[in-house]
Amino acid sequence: MHLILFIVFAGFCLAGAINLLLQTHPINSALSLIVVMTSLAVLYLLLGAEFLAAAQVIVYAGAIMVLFTFVVMLLNAGREERTRGSRAARAVGFPAVVAILAVMATVLLCAQGLGVSSVRDSITPTEELSAVLFTRLLLPFEVTSVLILIAILGAVALARPGSGEPQGGAGPESGADPAGSAERTGGK
Amino acid sequence: MTIWQFFLWSVLKVAVVTAVLLMGVAYTILLERKLVGRIQNRWGPSRVGPFGLLQPLVDGAKSFLKEDIIPTSVYRPLYLIAPILSLGCALISIAVVPFGEPNAGPGGLDLFEISNVNIGLLVILGVTSIGVYGIALAGWSSNNKYSLLGSLRCSAQLVSYELALGLSLVGVVLRAGTFNLRVIVEQQATKGVLSWNVFGGMQFVAFFIYLAAAFAETNRSPFDLPEAESELTGGYHTEYSSMKFAMFFMAEYANMITVGCVATLLFLGGWTSPFGNLIPPPENILVHALFPIFWFAAKVFCFLFLYIWVRGTLPRLRYDQLMNFGWRYLTPLAILNIVATSLWLAFR
Repeated sequence: MHLILFIVFAGFCLAGAINLLLQTHPINSALSLIVVMTSLAVLYLLLGAEFLAAAQVIVYAGAIMVLFTFVVMLLNAGREERTRGSRAARAVGFPAVVAILAVMATVLLCAQGLGVSSVRDSITPTEELSAVLFTRLLLPFEVTSVLILIAILGAVALARPGSGEPQGGAGPESGADPAGSAERTGGK
Repeated sequence: MTIWQFFLWSVLKVAVVTAVLLMGVAYTILLERKLVGRIQNRWGPSRVGPFGLLQPLVDGAKSFLKEDIIPTSVYRPLYLIAPILSLGCALISIAVVPFGEPNAGPGGLDLFEISNVNIGLLVILGVTSIGVYGIALAGWSSNNKYSLLGSLRCSAQLVSYELALGLSLVGVVLRAGTFNLRVIVEQQATKGVLSWNVFGGMQFVAFFIYLAAAFAETNRSPFDLPEAESELTGGYHTEYSSMKFAMFFMAEYANMITVGCVATLLFLGGWTSPFGNLIPPPENILVHALFPIFWFAAKVFCFLFLYIWVRGTLPRLRYDQLMNFGWRYLTPLAILNIVATSLWLAFR
């Protein structure tokens, strides 16, 4: 039963990802990304991580992607033109992809002691997860939240009216923003 | 229980709950028309059947029989998916709502809940957050500026108020220590009204925030800006006709019922009686099983009544007022409530 669900939703996930790249209209790509996110949530659930699955749906599929579609609708972004691609990209791109995949495969195959994760019946309760987050992993957890806070402050500083002119107060905050937002996407 | 028995029972429960929910939707619409009518000093529907009771059925038949018009310049795939997504998400979230005593069926069977999930509350929040896409895509794919404006307003509004809604529930979850809706209800069962989260749990601030945010989440007046008919002709569903329009309509009322169920479970003690153990539990096994359902339905009904009452009373807000209210008042208030509840729990 679990294996069937895994195959179905892994299939959905891959199909969504490929469709995301093939579609020319931004809104279709955004919707494919939602399919990918939601199928990932089901895969998390199959691994027993119920809180992660719910957070994935609420945060990524429900909040972040709504903003994506919001921006697409607001800008009324049109259909992209399909180009043939540059010759350099094709000459360098395929070997590069093969090289990266090869490196990843060797590293993964050689690595020992990465821990085992398998499709299983048991579910990690949210209490256990929060206990680990607030004891053993407290520092990384809080540092991540501070990073997100910095990103928010940076966004507010940038969006404030009149922050285009060089002013004393807005300087350090807007300076911290690119680093903050880059970390935010990585940190979550 | 074998897997086949489990499967059969599940299908049966899904069918019954969906049918009851859809009937509930139909009669909530009638209730709204009657009540708003009385508030405005007129009768409301009164011709079809006694007291107009058959009106929803006739309306349903009418929506089925009307011609289904698809405008030429819409983006067809999304235009067709949007109402299905909207109604689907509205109907799915009822699956984790428990509405009666656990294990009341023959042989300890869970008759009154489709599935008992550990993270029931999060499932409801997640499904609701996916439901936004139905409205957003409807407006965008209609290729009409009123629809687009309606769905833009809607996405911004839902994302903003979802924050306040989620934060307002944290206080309850802190008190309960679990996301399981059934356990949350059972913890409020001991002393009747006094142990409900809204009174005994001191979560009345959270309850108020939840109420306000829920009105916005379901696009109900005074926050019904996505379909403000005086400015946007009908908002996101302007270009929809026949059954597709009816699906949006049903989704809105199904969402109202779900939101009412969640409020009942989290703040008003779910299916437990407001008198606690003052009334001895009835002897008859059938009455024993049905009494909780009566309380649950009565509480949800009160919530729906409040919804309609507010709609008949308050005028619509302006858009900037809506955003200000959400971000400057509700969200900070919800965070304060979390801090206060945590302090209380820590120093109790």
